[in-house]
Amino acid sequence: METLWFVLIAVLWLGYLFLEGFDFGVGMLLPVLGRDNAERRVMINTIGPVWDGNEVWLIVAIGATFAAFPGWYAALLSAVYLPLTLFLIALIGRGVAFDYRGKVDNPRWRKAWDFTIVAGSWIATLCVGLLISTTVLGLPIDANGDRVGSPFAAIRLDTIVGAFAFAGYALVHGAVFTALKTEGEIRERARRVAITLAPVALLPLIALLAIVAGLWAGVVALILAAAMWRLLANRDGQSFALMGLAIAASVAILFGSLYPNVLPSTLNDAWTLTIANTASSPYTLQVITWVAGFGTPAVLVYQGWTYWVFRKRIGVKHIPAAH
Amino acid sequence: MEVLELARWQFGITTVYHFLMVPLTIGLSLLVAGMQTAWVRTGNERYYKMTKFWGKLLLINFAMGVVTGIVQEFQFGMAWSAYSRFVGDVFGAPLAMEGIVAFFVESTFLGLWIFGWDKLPKKVHLACAWAFSLATMASAYFILAANSWMQHPVGIEMHEGRPRLTSIWAVLTNNTTLAAFPHTIAGAFAVSAAFLVGIAAWHLHRKSEEERVWRSSLKLGTWVGVVAFSALAISGDLQGKLMFEQQPMKMAAAEALCHTEQPASFSIFAIGDVTRPDCENVKSITVPALLSFLAHNDFTSEVKGIQDLVPMYQEKYGEFYPVDERLGELSGQPIDYVPALPVTYWGFRLMIGFGGISAGLGVLMLWLTRKNRTPTGWWFPALGLAGIATPFLANSAGWIFTEMGRQPFVVVPNPTGIDGVWMFTAQAVSNSTPGEILTSLIALTTVYSVLAVVEIYLIRKYVRGGIPGVLPQKTDDGALAFAY
Repeated sequence: METLWFVLIAVLWLGYLFLEGFDFGVGMLLPVLGRDNAERRVMINTIGPVWDGNEVWLIVAIGATFAAFPGWYAALLSAVYLPLTLFLIALIGRGVAFDYRGKVDNPRWRKAWDFTIVAGSWIATLCVGLLISTTVLGLPIDANGDRVGSPFAAIRLDTIVGAFAFAGYALVHGAVFTALKTEGEIRERARRVAITLAPVALLPLIALLAIVAGLWAGVVALILAAAMWRLLANRDGQSFALMGLAIAASVAILFGSLYPNVLPSTLNDAWTLTIANTASSPYTLQVITWVAGFGTPAVLVYQGWTYWVFRKRIGVKHIPAAH
Repeated sequence: MEVLELARWQFGITTVYHFLMVPLTIGLSLLVAGMQTAWVRTGNERYYKMTKFWGKLLLINFAMGVVTGIVQEFQFGMAWSAYSRFVGDVFGAPLAMEGIVAFFVESTFLGLWIFGWDKLPKKVHLACAWAFSLATMASAYFILAANSWMQHPVGIEMHEGRPRLTSIWAVLTNNTTLAAFPHTIAGAFAVSAAFLVGIAAWHLHRKSEEERVWRSSLKLGTWVGVVAFSALAISGDLQGKLMFEQQPMKMAAAEALCHTEQPASFSIFAIGDVTRPDCENVKSITVPALLSFLAHNDFTSEVKGIQDLVPMYQEKYGEFYPVDERLGELSGQPIDYVPALPVTYWGFRLMIGFGGISAGLGVLMLWLTRKNRTPTGWWFPALGLAGIATPFLANSAGWIFTEMGRQPFVVVPNPTGIDGVWMFTAQAVSNSTPGEILTSLIALTTVYSVLAVVEIYLIRKYVRGGIPGVLPQKTDDGALAFAY
């Protein structure tokens, strides 16, 4: 049962990184791919109907961690306090920015929200990367699960690589998504940017995987290369699917190498948090298993339907006057 | 300041702020779904315009509700990790359920509703509005179940020093939840009703376009308000009786009732210092025997006062905090079982007072606008607009009362439940540095203040814009009906 929930939480993170990964990427690339207001609105509207649903994967990943492994939830969130504060503020900013940006017809207003979207997306994805690599790579925690040392204990060279791993992935993923969902000049630009950025932007992800699991990183490198090759061949959909496969493989490698631990203690192996010493009771796990068993397939169905409803590519000519 | 105080201020500020958006979203989403249903069924353009206008305000408000809600879920782990470890087996489940069952539905179907006007068949689009609205209520239910468990823990056993869930059904049907849910939902409708009435009154007064839209909105608002306030009174009375049973100290603190009284009188207003539990120098205007009735439906029953409750609490739950360095300066100190009396006493009165004013305004509005009249004086829209604030204030005061009234506990002992399940707030905080919490407190408060200005500015803009401001412009073929 604990193992099942460990896998489920990994799947929730996968859902989050795959889905919000591209909407972070769209935000990060807003001024790069969107040269004027109309183009930026095209980009924002590719994710407009779905970004909020994407973000719920995070809420549920964290909520499920609280319910299934309270010890993990408590130790990790309290230890990475300041980066998470920054993360929350970034999410707050970009969340309202999408909705509020078009509501006042004023260039300064738009500029302020554009800045919020770009900065918020960058900061949020860096923080997510930091959080995930921290739980995989470990922290100086004591027997009680409390962090020992400074509030910045989670910020080290390897976790910084982890932060850029996910930021870099989101950047390329967002560009591939933009290519898939738009038409005209903006699509061409997105493809170009994805291919140009990929060799540099995807490097930290490979590095993180190499730190954690050595040669397994090569598998992901191959998938990513294939994704770029399909993009070069003008097959946006296939490229996007391969980007998804790459993050799935990355999450599998990261969480697979972590198992059965959930947060290693860098001070003493005996203090490492594991699925066994942080899990809730079998009854609680059973309750949430029932809920997740019925709930999650339903979520996949109606979120899938949402993507189908908004499946059309959009371009500048589809954008109505703001209101 | 110590970590404990900072963390409490942060939780208080972020929660009260979050709960400004929540009730408006819950109430307004159902009303908008109702307006859209009326449009789909009758084809009457007036209902379409109502849906568009109030829907727009709903969305501006919802965006803020979502982003401030995320903070809440993280905050338990970040600032209250000892609490999270202690109660995780029970408390995490309703939060996870809220995410899977309610919040996914909310966010996904709202996206469909916003962008789906021209992409979905009318009835499917309408169903999205209902799915969104009902999911917000389901959300509220799970969150209240979690909160009620802290007020009155049920469905558990003690295992290795921590409560362990034995019945999720008991947690979800906790009588505290069953009373809190209708009260909170009625409060949400009271807020939304006042919102409709205030804004519609202003437009009627200005003789804005589409008079019939504002007339219908006003009528809807006044009637929803009347029903909501009746429900508030009934459910509040129910909650009061449970509170006497489950948290006698909270009720005594609500009244600043020092000595046990039989029959006990209800204080309407006090002059003097209610902070001192010795009752000296307090002159209070009271209604004889009313408190006895509120507590037990019986005008002659006894209600215990603070001075008699304190020794009972000391005997049951200990006189001193344990000696533990994590408790900081409270380590080994006597436990103060009396909540902050000015807050509980005045919080309780402000809740009832603002609620009452708001209810009175609703009835007055109903009477003023009878038979499609519109009073011509400037005071008419002023009254309406001022009326918007009162149920918000009542809601906040009520929550501040109920959360401050359970101090010094974060998990209040259940007098008839199993032994040992309680937790003092002082034991619940994370092992953080004060600097960390102070940083997030300042950062969040600053961001929230800026966003408050932005939200009010946008709501004002769209309120002023009226109906023309929310209708989609005629566009060329192929353009989206709505885009950010």
